Amino acid sequence: MAETLFQKVWNAHTVRTLPSGQTQLFVGLHLVHEVTSPQAFDMLRQHGWRVAYPNRTFATVDHIVPTDSRRRPFLDLMAEEMTTALERNCREFGINLWGPDSPEQGIVHVIGPALGLTQPGMTIACGDSHTPTHGAVGAIAFGIGTSQVRDVLASQCLALEPLKVRRVDVNGPLSPGVYAKDVILTIIRRLGVQGGNGYAYEYGGSAIDRMTIDERMTICNMSIEGGARAGYVNPDDTTFAYLRGRRFAPAGDGFDRAVQWWRQIASDKNARYDDRVQFEAASIEPTVTWGINPGQSVSIGESIPADADEEALAFMGFTRGARVRGTKIDVAFIGSCTNGRLSDLEEAARVVHGHHVAPHVKALVVPGSSTVARDAETRGLHEVFMAAGFEWRGAGCSMCLGMNTDRLQGREVCASSSNRNFKGRQGSPTGRTLLMSPAMVAAAALAGEVADVREILEGVPA
Amino acid sequence: MSYAPERIVTLSGRAIPLRGNDIDTDRIMPARYLRAVSFEGLEGHLFEDDRKANPQHPFSDPRHAGAAILIVNRNFGCGSSREHAPQGLARYGIRAIVGESFSEIFQGNSAMLGLPCFAADPAAIEQLQTLIERTPDVVVEANVESGAITAGPLRVAGSVSPALRDGFVSGRWNPTAMLLDRFDEVRAIANRLPYVSGF
Repeated sequence: MAETLFQKVWNAHTVRTLPSGQTQLFVGLHLVHEVTSPQAFDMLRQHGWRVAYPNRTFATVDHIVPTDSRRRPFLDLMAEEMTTALERNCREFGINLWGPDSPEQGIVHVIGPALGLTQPGMTIACGDSHTPTHGAVGAIAFGIGTSQVRDVLASQCLALEPLKVRRVDVNGPLSPGVYAKDVILTIIRRLGVQGGNGYAYEYGGSAIDRMTIDERMTICNMSIEGGARAGYVNPDDTTFAYLRGRRFAPAGDGFDRAVQWWRQIASDKNARYDDRVQFEAASIEPTVTWGINPGQSVSIGESIPADADEEALAFMGFTRGARVRGTKIDVAFIGSCTNGRLSDLEEAARVVHGHHVAPHVKALVVPGSSTVARDAETRGLHEVFMAAGFEWRGAGCSMCLGMNTDRLQGREVCASSSNRNFKGRQGSPTGRTLLMSPAMVAAAALAGEVADVREILEGVPA
Repeated sequence: MSYAPERIVTLSGRAIPLRGNDIDTDRIMPARYLRAVSFEGLEGHLFEDDRKANPQHPFSDPRHAGAAILIVNRNFGCGSSREHAPQGLARYGIRAIVGESFSEIFQGNSAMLGLPCFAADPAAIEQLQTLIERTPDVVVEANVESGAITAGPLRVAGSVSPALRDGFVSGRWNPTAMLLDRFDEVRAIANRLPYVSGF
């Protein structure tokens, strides 16, 4: 019978049906970070449990880790305490940790694929809702809570119910200045922030086929913002080329055998979907959010809709019919698991090159991993950013969620390449977030207000 | 949290109506309260920023103090997978949440703590919220098995997701013991996976 990748992966990892009716699902890769794990390790200790598969468990620090100085002990005492707790837990339970001094440290969803840990056909779990990022290479990846982190540590399994699968096709070529971020914001706007409830999103169509793995990661990353617990793209030649030679990817003949299995695990041509939706790539424009959830967005030339939510308008200080374009910004943030990869920084640097950040704007670039930072520095991107007036930071989640000291102040407006514009998300209860692509953040930083990056890119060689 | 089987069937108490769609877990528990290695004390920070912005917030209203049932609207608990959100609610004393719909991650995290989420249609939620706003002392009772929710004279239909419902009713809502129960089967499945056996 023709099946989707989701169904094949689900079946291959099903241990049994639990007495509750849920499925016991084996987890192929467990990624751990400092913020949602300490209570889970404490629960293991209370019960005298060990970690079932320490060799399938990897940890790093990203959420609270400072991005200015990495000197230990950290000035932020809680960051120090949480980092120390993870170091102790990983030592005690025999887990591989890329700590703050490690050259591999970085946002868990940036380093997993980059190291080749993330592979097609795997099940992946992490105590973070943006775990579907790993679906970009054809894995089924779930964001979980701390009690489930405990379960995966102890048993390498989750108790879950299967999801339906919605095929999301994006067809045709994207216009210049339009990025994966604009595509996913457009998808969420149309399908709604809870439209994906009960579904995994399978992204496909010629626009997705043409995308790099980095771009597919941006799309899959924000599946949860559309309510979908998982999102993925079927593995293809782009995926295999991406994985070849990566540190934890199979090597030699093993790689060729892996490719055979990865091809088989992809959705069959005539697989049946529970739902299908289509988007035309050519109709997607640079997109910005105006509200307090990621579904509340407009294209840059569009006005805020007449039926805009009152609470969102009041919080953001916008009015119906107004444009987001021209909104003065205070902060520009380039980074996060959504858009903190080398290709994101390259594209933003292309916009920034030879220009300067508007005098009233605080602008920062936070690379998604220490490896991304080094690779960017090798290419001289840090100099482009710093010459333009951006701060160049160490790797971490930073101002995406304001858990470390990188936070908005008061009602500041932030042009942000991150994933959530929730009230208070960036660390100030009254701070305001405008989500957009990294290139659009760069354009806003230069103009001091929300701008159309296409007008800057017109004069820039490709 | 206890690991002994504990059947969770009937939840009752006074209730707290919280209106609004898409209330995300950053609002339920702001990220600065994730800066801790334990869940202790989270109940003191529920909706902290919303409550500062709105002095009339239901969680600041003394008429609803000590409530055990939370009545919400659509897509409650969306966003971050932080268990700190349902931990805060459970530690505050919330024993059941009734709403139009829930984020799946939030609903799963709540279930892991023995906190059932009941879905009911928008008209039923409106009736419940209005009744409780008018008569905050009314006792609300929610039955996991039947899904029925009663509040004084009002009786509305709700439901708990079937797999979670059976776990609550049988007392097996905490799956850890079940997941560890037949570990030989786990190893067998793992060893059949090409990426585990090394292709």
